Amino acid sequence: MLGEGIIKGMAETARNFIGSYSDPERLVTVQYPEEHIPAKQNARNFPFLVFDVEDPVAGLRCVACKICEKECPPQCIYIVMDRDDKGKPCKHPKVFDIDVSVCMSCQICVEVCPFDAIKMDTEFELSETNRYGGLLLTKDRLSKSNEYYHKIHSVEAAEVDARLADEKAKAEEKVKAKLAAAATAKAAAQAAKPVAG
Amino acid sequence: MKTTVVEPPVPSGAPVGLPAGDGRFSLLPKTSFDGRVETELLEVAMGPHHPSTHGVFRMDVVLDGETIVKLKPVFGYLHRNHEKIAENVSYLASIPYTDRLDYLCSMTNNWAYALSVEKLAGLEPPERAEYIRVIMAELTRLANHVCLIGFLAQDMGALGTPLMYGFREREKILDLFEALSGSRMMCNYMRFGGCRLDLPPGWVREARVVVDNFPKFLEEFDNLLSGNEILMARTQGVGVLTAELAVNAGITGPMLRASGVNYDIRKVDRYGIYDRFEFRVPLGDHGDVYDRYMIRLLEMWESLKILRQALDDIPEGPVMDPNAKIRNFKPKPGECYERIEGPKGELGFYLVSDGGANPYRYRVRPPSLVNLTVLEDMCLGHNVADAVAILGSVDIVLGEVDR
Amino acid sequence: MMPMQTLEEIKKRLESAVPGVCVEIVSNDSPCQQRSLLVDRDHGPQVAAWLRRDDALRLDYLSNVTGVDWPEVVTKQKIKVKRKVDGVEKEVEEVVQTRSGGYLEAVYHLYSMELKQGAVVIRMRTGDRDQQNKLPSLTPIWRSAELQEREIYDLFGIVFEGHPDLRRILMWDGFEAHPMRRDYVEPDDYEYEPTPHDSVLAKAKAHYPPEVAP
Ligand code: SF4
Ligand code: SF4
Repeated sequence: MLGEGIIKGMAETARNFIGSYSDPERLVTVQYPEEHIPAKQNARNFPFLVFDVEDPVAGLRCVACKICEKECPPQCIYIVMDRDDKGKPCKHPKVFDIDVSVCMSCQICVEVCPFDAIKMDTEFELSETNRYGGLLLTKDRLSKSNEYYHKIHSVEAAEVDARLADEKAKAEEKVKAKLAAAATAKAAAQAAKPVAG
Repeated sequence: MKTTVVEPPVPSGAPVGLPAGDGRFSLLPKTSFDGRVETELLEVAMGPHHPSTHGVFRMDVVLDGETIVKLKPVFGYLHRNHEKIAENVSYLASIPYTDRLDYLCSMTNNWAYALSVEKLAGLEPPERAEYIRVIMAELTRLANHVCLIGFLAQDMGALGTPLMYGFREREKILDLFEALSGSRMMCNYMRFGGCRLDLPPGWVREARVVVDNFPKFLEEFDNLLSGNEILMARTQGVGVLTAELAVNAGITGPMLRASGVNYDIRKVDRYGIYDRFEFRVPLGDHGDVYDRYMIRLLEMWESLKILRQALDDIPEGPVMDPNAKIRNFKPKPGECYERIEGPKGELGFYLVSDGGANPYRYRVRPPSLVNLTVLEDMCLGHNVADAVAILGSVDIVLGEVDR
Repeated sequence: MMPMQTLEEIKKRLESAVPGVCVEIVSNDSPCQQRSLLVDRDHGPQVAAWLRRDDALRLDYLSNVTGVDWPEVVTKQKIKVKRKVDGVEKEVEEVVQTRSGGYLEAVYHLYSMELKQGAVVIRMRTGDRDQQNKLPSLTPIWRSAELQEREIYDLFGIVFEGHPDLRRILMWDGFEAHPMRRDYVEPDDYEYEPTPHDSVLAKAKAHYPPEVAP
């Protein structure tokens, strides 16, 4: 019968329309500004810099090695290393800018950073009236605490913390072992002295 | 299929005459069309901001009344020289750029590129990564095809409804992508030598829920559209593409199979681990718009089959080849072309390495662009409104056409 | 299905089928081992037609067409040669210059949909990069080359003779250069963007008065 297909289709539409009042499967939207869908564990938007302890300046994990600046595909990171009074580089960024109007949220900076210093944020409500300054995030706007990192990516942050702690413990052990080795060597040398003398 | 070798029809030559006068339109001299009625030909630029051209794409059409007598596609509005960009950055850094080629199918783009680099450098992704890739590619195919069907219906006047139903389902797939890679559309997930991350806990379960619920939706979609008399009247017998022309013009993907040519790269090249899955390749009979719509619907059923098998069989293990280096990656000099069956057709990457950190030559074989070769042949003799339907059935994404 | 013929076999049969053709096998050292046939440009269409017709090959599907730019590279190498200088044999250092490249190349990837085999890769080279930049078009044989050859013409500047509709495709009609060439320099029509990168700032300075661009 001509029109059968249309009627069948209309039935489908009606089912969806009525269903949208009762079945959450059929009504999947949320009232956005009032309601938010919780962000996923892995969600990413723009990068931020992690700092430990309570100090957003000295606590920054970033050592300004510039690996991320080199690898960033659209070249939107800009880093200047800090120098002390004598001009000796100290492992700390003086300038760390990310131009988020260029950044394409690819996460490559996070992947290549060997110090777990840069991570992805989930914040997306970043609209600005000032195209020039407002979207060029500087170091102070980028720095966020480790607690914040734990809040947005709890699983990943726990992993990173465990790894860092592990590395630290290993490094300390190494130092200890070195010290111990030096001590024993010294002792041995001292013990050997009288014989030599 | 046995293709007879025929001389291919050569495209009709010179470009559409540039508009004269005030540059908006021109009335060409009176010509007799078909030898019957003396009518004036009218040249119309459809696009680049026409809602049915799927982006900034223009068709210069010459009309005789409502009938198309000539059609020339005009490209380049979204040209950003992707290939040049990729030649100036490292192998790793072009992966996020490939996401932006066909922005509906970033996972398959990643895969095609990763596969090409793997062949160029001799890397072997581990078993689990291969499974993840298949799952991602098939989910992408589902997401792409529901979108395409929605857009096609939208182009023909079914405003909103099928598209929104399609988007609702696609959203669930995008949620899976987000849970895995962090981004819904620009996944940047695969790497040469494997995948960036392992599946998060519980992901397979969630994916299975989506896959199990999908048939219900497909049936709904089928009820909603396939038997619809208006849709049939608008699409059957419209934009017929013969098998000979399709093969000769390098048409690939669902569009080729709608013309009855049995050629699916998943079956032919058996790249990745596609030889382990059981699935069939749906073929069309007439090569018209309706067949192209139907092929996509049927392909989704086959994708679901693959997905079920892959989700059942996925092994544990690492997801990266330990030999793969992400930074300072310098493959040996040489060249390589690898292709996969993307949702839109054959997506290939041709890479030439000179031993440096950047590719010497990086080329994308874009299925969307090549599939547009026959647009004119399909549209000639049809009405303008049919051109909209025909273009919709080609399935293009301008990010890939113009690169 | 019989395994596909090796490139050597194809070359041998090609040489007997198309008289006067000059075919060379281009090696490929990368692990994928995809070698290709370098065909001289005068016989390109004949070779292509034969490849498409031949019963054992049936390469009816041209998948990918692309251009590669090889600017001339002069490599200097110091080698030691023994030579008699004033009757005494001495070891002398000499600089040997080898020139390579200096042409544009079109690469075609062919498959057979009928016999499900492939790929056979053929390539053609132009005489040089400016005046002799012509190659025969393969569009009359495979229509899939139509848009892709147009793209190569646009981005690399290879002129395909016999192409039915050779116009620019991605760049606009009045555009002069060929952006995919290795020596292409982007024109200095810069719009000031607020990045702190020095190179960008330097460029911006040339375009804007100091009040606008810091
Ligand atoms: S964020 Fe990481 S990679 Fe970037 S400069 Fe700091 S330490 Fe280096
Ligand atoms: S996310 Fe990507 S584009 Fe953005 S700063 Fe990091 S590397 Fe650069």
